[in-house]
Amino acid sequence: MRSDTEATASLPLKIAAGAGIAFLHLPILLIFVYAFTTEEKSFQWPPPGLTLNWFSVAWNRPDVWQALSLSVKVASVATAIALLLGTLAAAAVSQTRFFGREAISLLVILPIALPGIITGIALRSAFSLADIPYSLWTIILGHGTFCVVVVYNNAVARFRRTSGSLIEASMDLGADGFQTFRHIILPNIATALLAGGMLAFALSFDEVIVTTFTGGQQATLPIWMLQELIRPRQRPVTNVVAVVVVLVTFLPILAAYYLTRDTDEIAGSGK
Amino acid sequence: MTAAVSFSGVSRHFGKVQAVDRVDLVVEPGEFFAMLGPSGSGKTTCLRLIAGFEQPDSGHIEIFGETAEGVPPYRRNVNTVFQDYALFPHFSILDNVAYGLMVKGIGKAERHRQAEEALALVKLPDYGARKPGQLSGGQRQRVALARALVNRPRVLLLDEPLGALDLKLRESMQEELKSLQRSLGITFIFVTHDQGEALSMADRVAVFNKGRIVQAGTPQEIYNRPKTRFVADFVGSSNVIDPDAMRYFGGEARCASLRPEAISLVRDGGVRAHVRSAAFLGAATRLGVTAGDVSLSVMLPAGQPVPEQGTEVGLTWAPGDVHYMDDAA
Amino acid sequence: MTGAFSQGVISARRAGLSGRLSDLFWRRPQLLLILMLTPPLLWLGIIYVGSLLALLAQSFFAIDDFSGLVTYELTLDTYRQLLNPANLDIILRTLVMAVAVTVASAFIAFPIAYYAARYAKGRWKAFFYLGVMMPLWSSYLVKVYAWKLILAKEGILTWIFARLHLSSVLDSVLALPVIGGNSLSVSYIGTFLVFVYIWLPYMILPTQAALERVPKTLVEASGDLGATPRQTFFTVLLPLALPGLVAGSIFTFSLTLGDYIIPQIIGSSRLFIGQAVYAQQGTAGNVPLAAAFSVVPIVIMGVYLAIAKRMGAFDAL
Repeated sequence: MRSDTEATASLPLKIAAGAGIAFLHLPILLIFVYAFTTEEKSFQWPPPGLTLNWFSVAWNRPDVWQALSLSVKVASVATAIALLLGTLAAAAVSQTRFFGREAISLLVILPIALPGIITGIALRSAFSLADIPYSLWTIILGHGTFCVVVVYNNAVARFRRTSGSLIEASMDLGADGFQTFRHIILPNIATALLAGGMLAFALSFDEVIVTTFTGGQQATLPIWMLQELIRPRQRPVTNVVAVVVVLVTFLPILAAYYLTRDTDEIAGSGK
Repeated sequence: MTAAVSFSGVSRHFGKVQAVDRVDLVVEPGEFFAMLGPSGSGKTTCLRLIAGFEQPDSGHIEIFGETAEGVPPYRRNVNTVFQDYALFPHFSILDNVAYGLMVKGIGKAERHRQAEEALALVKLPDYGARKPGQLSGGQRQRVALARALVNRPRVLLLDEPLGALDLKLRESMQEELKSLQRSLGITFIFVTHDQGEALSMADRVAVFNKGRIVQAGTPQEIYNRPKTRFVADFVGSSNVIDPDAMRYFGGEARCASLRPEAISLVRDGGVRAHVRSAAFLGAATRLGVTAGDVSLSVMLPAGQPVPEQGTEVGLTWAPGDVHYMDDAA
Repeated sequence: MTGAFSQGVISARRAGLSGRLSDLFWRRPQLLLILMLTPPLLWLGIIYVGSLLALLAQSFFAIDDFSGLVTYELTLDTYRQLLNPANLDIILRTLVMAVAVTVASAFIAFPIAYYAARYAKGRWKAFFYLGVMMPLWSSYLVKVYAWKLILAKEGILTWIFARLHLSSVLDSVLALPVIGGNSLSVSYIGTFLVFVYIWLPYMILPTQAALERVPKTLVEASGDLGATPRQTFFTVLLPLALPGLVAGSIFTFSLTLGDYIIPQIIGSSRLFIGQAVYAQQGTAGNVPLAAAFSVVPIVIMGVYLAIAKRMGAFDAL
């Protein structure tokens, strides 16, 4: 049959696709090797020797811990804000037709669609115009703004898939608005919100461009890494932190994927 | 006796579309009532007006003598079986059926007992633990039915209840719904675009077109004496004959309907016609014939010889079988 | 099931605030809508759009040459300054890079997207999906850092060339004018490679989505009508995948225009738009010029999006 012969890809296509995927992954894997190198001063390849030493060195660095704790605080609060605002906006847009829905979607997507540097510099000049001193909250203001979109995208996709007749059925069976929300709407969107929340956390945890403008002297983990990249102090510690960051962001992404994979939503495609 | 549902001058529009246009309607208690019409004719909107999902722009709706406008669906003792069944995917079958009782605050043991009873009523006794995704279409429909009935509604609304089922299942479900309705004595109102379904199940039928009810009556009345050309076209397999053709056949110059089984074939005399096609239907054969430039269908009972295509035949019918009607839609 | 109907057909409103509110929201859905929309609109409208407008407004002010302070008088001086040759050079350099990155991404992305959309099934499908999503979502800085390791003079790429006895090839590439440099990590080639690497997933995903929407029967029909696989590809698949490629290019283009970290860490010392914005508002303290610079990517993207929209790329997003 014709369709059978067409179901197998040609060899060059297979090679090109496989090479493309390898191109995407090898650099990240390389970081893992460098985390164990004994070479301190340069990026010498192949590593002259392997050691676990740098993990304990990194463990005992207070500046790394400070940066990590700031990142976790920022990401947690920004995620909470994004969950609240993103869900509300998604519910409003998908439950009712009203004038200006497109404008709301655009407004939510804009902070991620425009280059981060524009969001960053806009916030920075606004803070200085309004005389707001840099603090944990100035970072959170920025992160909250661009994290809304991932929660929004996930929630909108789920609302669209949740048939409107479920809500009508619930009301028909005697449940008022609050009961319908608690028993029907919330359980149906819960996994989408969880996935959106995890992606928002990962996005915030990794953000560097906006944060350089809204952080002042404070260093989140990515800011710490950026400083190390520009003015290296101890390269192997940077290697170890990079590995930790990769692992910390991978887990929520994997989890978000498994939470939404039975549906046709694509978690995170809105990054 | 108060009507189960009554509409007086009810209208509802969506944007520029007049979905329901000054409808008057009375459904008697205990009746099995069908709303029949093509899609977009306003029948589903009427159902949603009764359920409370839509509010009328003007006019008045009463359910068992009580005013229904402004009352949210959750305060109406009226339940709906949805076209897509709308079973809650995250609940078990038992919890689906018990949902209405749960939100009323009935204890778990009692609501589960009643839900089991309702599932037994629709012949799905041991399915409570499953999830909706594990059931077939027919089974889901029964669950939707049990979920509505467990609340003991005064009126049960069914939106295209058999639309998604295959032919065999549809026929057995028709009988079952009918007997369920008789034994429970609840008023059933169902919406359908299938005239066979409406005629075979309902005590009374309202035929909708363009947001209005064009005729309401028993299935016999609707079938035998369609009021308008639209009803005859939509409901029957009747021949609808133009005024000009009627005069040519020797009748009044008015639009008329003539059932195919009322026409018989004769060798000589009658209205002369040519056989164009023949379709064997089992219990009968349907002939397509043309008389002049009028196409008619004729139902030939089994056992009669079937004339070959192109043969000239004569058509006769009793004058009483010709039913004159309005030419309007 | 046969119990007497004791209750009336319409039940009374539930007691308490929740019953009252529930009826109120049902009767006035607009009220609920306003309540739901207010928090996100306030946040995004005031914090984000407010800041954005304030920034744009600043581009119409200018800096006083003597005091170095912003004078708050409407003027186009800053835009005149933006158009001087040195700044135009920056804009042109960024545009050329964005085009090069976009074209290269499209070429690398297409086979991956094509394979994932048309041939990968079941487990392999998930593998390809995660294989694109993971790099997309893994830390931006870590990825940039990884390339610093790779492109370093003593790094793995130099080593591989040496092992393959191709060091002379690498040296001659680095000796090329403009795009070459002392080592890959301080050359335009390096900047280009990292841009392509980092934005590649953004090109793959929409292309794959567009390819997946091409019905299988269409390809079969083309084959059935006698087209060779090659003809089918160029006359049926590629035109239908084009909106996806254009959608992907929106990302690669926009992201390259606005980035300032990659060229700062890997590349020559010559500036890109993002770096210029950063430098103007930071060390130079010329916020109006920084604002004017940031208008450039917005305008370019506005034009780009208008073209993309006409090509139907928005349906593929």
